[in-house]
Amino acid sequence: MSNDPIIRIKDLHKSFGPVEVLKGIDMDVAPGQIVALIGPSGSGKSTLLRTINQLEDVTSGEIFFDGALVNRDLPHRQREKHLNRLRQDIGMVFQHFNLFPHLTAIENVTMAPVLLGRQTKTQALAEARALLEKVGLSDRADYYPSRLSGGQKQRVAIARALAMNPKAMLFDEVTSALDPELVGEVNKVMKQLAQEHMTMIIVTHELRFASDVADHVVFMADGVVVEEGPPDALFRAPQHERTKAFLQQVFEG
Amino acid sequence: MDFALIAKVWTFFAAAAWVTLQISALAICLGLCLGFAAALASISRNVLLRFPARVYVSIFRGTPALIQLFLLYYGGPQIGLQLGPFEAGVIGLGINIGAYMTESIRGAILAVEKGQMEAARCLGLGHVQSMRNVILPQALRLMVRPLGVNAVALIKGSAIVSTISVVELTYTAHRYISSTYKPFEMFILASLFYLVIVSVVSFAVNRIDERVALES
Repeated sequence: MSNDPIIRIKDLHKSFGPVEVLKGIDMDVAPGQIVALIGPSGSGKSTLLRTINQLEDVTSGEIFFDGALVNRDLPHRQREKHLNRLRQDIGMVFQHFNLFPHLTAIENVTMAPVLLGRQTKTQALAEARALLEKVGLSDRADYYPSRLSGGQKQRVAIARALAMNPKAMLFDEVTSALDPELVGEVNKVMKQLAQEHMTMIIVTHELRFASDVADHVVFMADGVVVEEGPPDALFRAPQHERTKAFLQQVFEG
Repeated sequence: MDFALIAKVWTFFAAAAWVTLQISALAICLGLCLGFAAALASISRNVLLRFPARVYVSIFRGTPALIQLFLLYYGGPQIGLQLGPFEAGVIGLGINIGAYMTESIRGAILAVEKGQMEAARCLGLGHVQSMRNVILPQALRLMVRPLGVNAVALIKGSAIVSTISVVELTYTAHRYISSTYKPFEMFILASLFYLVIVSVVSFAVNRIDERVALES
């Protein structure tokens, strides 16, 4: 495993109109590293995550993925091709699942690898069955998303992202929309991925989970990284007032 | 009410209803083709596609269908476009309903949740692949009902082709009125045929809508 970061973000700025939501972010993620992005709502953590696969474009700065500059300045058509290729290696899981409602669980998982010529239909089905088993949903393969619980949907969404065999996974508040009793089953799958050394960036409000699973925690507020470090240090002995205030609020709340 | 007269002429009305049905069906097909093309063009990022589509919709929704039909049928020959009544009827009605269908189709495409496109693109699918495999299959389900409304509107609106002497239901009613002087019976009879066609179409649209609806 090389020590070069798989994701490197340099002096990233992003504005929505007149509002600057990211004000110069620098961040490195090593292969196999699990980074938790925490911070109050509106701190820019989801936006930061979404710039990595260019669901949001950036105002200035650089994002590298696996050595390649993600936000290369290219004509539209070439940029699309470049991003399509990069995105195949970056899995993403959303707060609201975004499963394809017209496809069954297993079809959700097989669609991309088959359409993109990664696997034959037969290979993809076998692979998808294995992935659904991994997330504990073998018996739901032929269910439509509408017949699945939130936790099950999210686990299918994780399997769908894994089907592309990504080099890194981005998780955008994936348990925020779930009923509390369903959070555990999704967290369990993510922990399992962590144990397999999947590179992960996890935007989360669940600090306990972050401290459990992450090996690096980044605290953001108002579009800047306020403080970062190993979970033990950051949660037990935060250095900045802003971090202390946030942690206090969350743990008291 | 002169039932004897109705009994005598209803078969002629049935034949005329068949013409109404044909002209409507063909116009709907044309409208659907134009509607899909213009809807896709209107959401394109290419302004050379988007702009003509918007112009088409504005013009044909913004002017009376009757004028459009007259322009085509009476004005056409002046610019070398000679069409029979039936052809002019199909084309005129089709282009007109196509503008409304464009909006129905566009609305359905835009009604698919934004997260669907994001999820597809995140997996590495291109824009066209995402449209074809993720957005359109969902949009198709959403557009059944609005397109059904357009189709019903067209069937009723097809009465205007009687003014360019297509021998359909409304024209036939007029013709029998001038020979029988019984407008009440003749218009009732024509209405009944329209009602039957519209009811069958509405029923079919509802069934299709139920059939394709996503489970929820």
